[in-house]
Amino acid sequence: MPSGSIFARLPEPDRRPVTLFFEGEPVGALQGDSVAAALLAAGKLTFRATPVGGAPRGPYCMMGVCFECLLEIDGVANRQGCMVQAADGMRVSRMLGARGLADSNGPAR
Amino acid sequence: MARDEAEIDFAVAGGGLVGMAVAYGLARLGRKVTVFDEGDLAYRASRGNFGLVWAQGKGVDMPNYARWTRLSASLWPELAEDLSRASGVGLELRQPGGFDICLSEEELQGRTARFEGLRDALGGDYPFETLGHNALRRMLPAIGPKVAGATFFPEDGHVNPLYLLRGLVQAFQALGGRIVNGTGIERILPEAEAFRLESGGRVFEAGRVVLAAGLGNAKLAPMVGLNAPVKPNRGQVLITERVQPFLDHPTAQIRQVGEGAVQIGDSKEDVGLDDTTSPEVVGAIAKRATRIFPILEQARVVRSWGALRVMSPDGHPIYDRSTAHPGAYLVTCHSGVTLAASHALRLAPWIATGETDLPYMEAFSAKRFDLRSVA
Repeated sequence: MPSGSIFARLPEPDRRPVTLFFEGEPVGALQGDSVAAALLAAGKLTFRATPVGGAPRGPYCMMGVCFECLLEIDGVANRQGCMVQAADGMRVSRMLGARGLADSNGPAR
Repeated sequence: MARDEAEIDFAVAGGGLVGMAVAYGLARLGRKVTVFDEGDLAYRASRGNFGLVWAQGKGVDMPNYARWTRLSASLWPELAEDLSRASGVGLELRQPGGFDICLSEEELQGRTARFEGLRDALGGDYPFETLGHNALRRMLPAIGPKVAGATFFPEDGHVNPLYLLRGLVQAFQALGGRIVNGTGIERILPEAEAFRLESGGRVFEAGRVVLAAGLGNAKLAPMVGLNAPVKPNRGQVLITERVQPFLDHPTAQIRQVGEGAVQIGDSKEDVGLDDTTSPEVVGAIAKRATRIFPILEQARVVRSWGALRVMSPDGHPIYDRSTAHPGAYLVTCHSGVTLAASHALRLAPWIATGETDLPYMEAFSAKRFDLRSVA
């Protein structure tokens, strides 16, 4: 899978290819990949911008602890990319800053 | 046992918010201070608390406690500035006034009546307000339909308690203060003009000693002729993912921290020395939070924890001086954040010099729990 990534895949011929969309762009992955692994393998290193300083961040622990891999996945904000499996047609975008809480009485502030 | 030769004017037992605030206050006055802190297995109220700078409701049955707490709230900006300068880290102090939210009319009326009683006891100087649902909604638009109202106190606020502890440690060390980590003080032996302290296989000698060891004070106090009848009371706390600002004021139950996470708490349980969490209480806290602010239903909880409050029989602080062993002092309270400013800037000078212009310091002695004084 050509990607320009700093990560190289091990040969695993028995896993089915899937395609997700990152910021609208198709990204090839293998079934069983976490979203974070799929994006890293595709050379996508910046996942989010921090809520306070706006600094760019990417996955660190890959095991659900550090919360550096936050993404918006299928319309749900602040999901941990390393804890969600990639699926065909999944819509993924960067988590830029803090999410808002929508209010039934009006838009989130 | 190895003998430590350092000169110690004051040994402080306990390196939490209470001990560090007093130690910092003593170091500011030029005293040579060594703090003895326990290891990682200690019950650390200072690492688990809620972070409110809260005067509201304190001292309803002890007006001097209301005075003391409000003094601390008024001194907080000075403390925050000093500590931020020393540590280079802002404490996220904000004091825009705080709300204590009521889910029933009965609760709101009961609290209002208690606050009116305190206002009378303070000669009218107690600027609280009671707000019904509609008035409260103008201040906190996110409240849900089941909220009856709230009391408001203009001096209340909140702070990042971990940055406070870090600021105290760094400011103290910048003044030459020393912290001995890992063992705490195990034994205190009063001598003629000093105190002999045993900690982790070493012996120290200090001119005076301040007990600020939280629940550990119960064991240490009798060694120097003092009494610290403190017991644990567990609080459980939840924290959510970071979200955009929606809450401009802290409340007694819920606050949005400086980085955007929503901290939710206010449980009280007598469960002894158990600082774990339980699904029932965590669930009840979350449910109450969504009744107060329904938009929190969407917020993901990322962590929960328990911590033990240090409670005296009446819930108020104990400040005491030993008459049997002059030079030994006791400091304990369950509001180490709120009272940090008073502890550093008023209590420490009283301990250092024996003098204060505050007329009520003696009222906080543990003698008030002495049965003979009741008769």
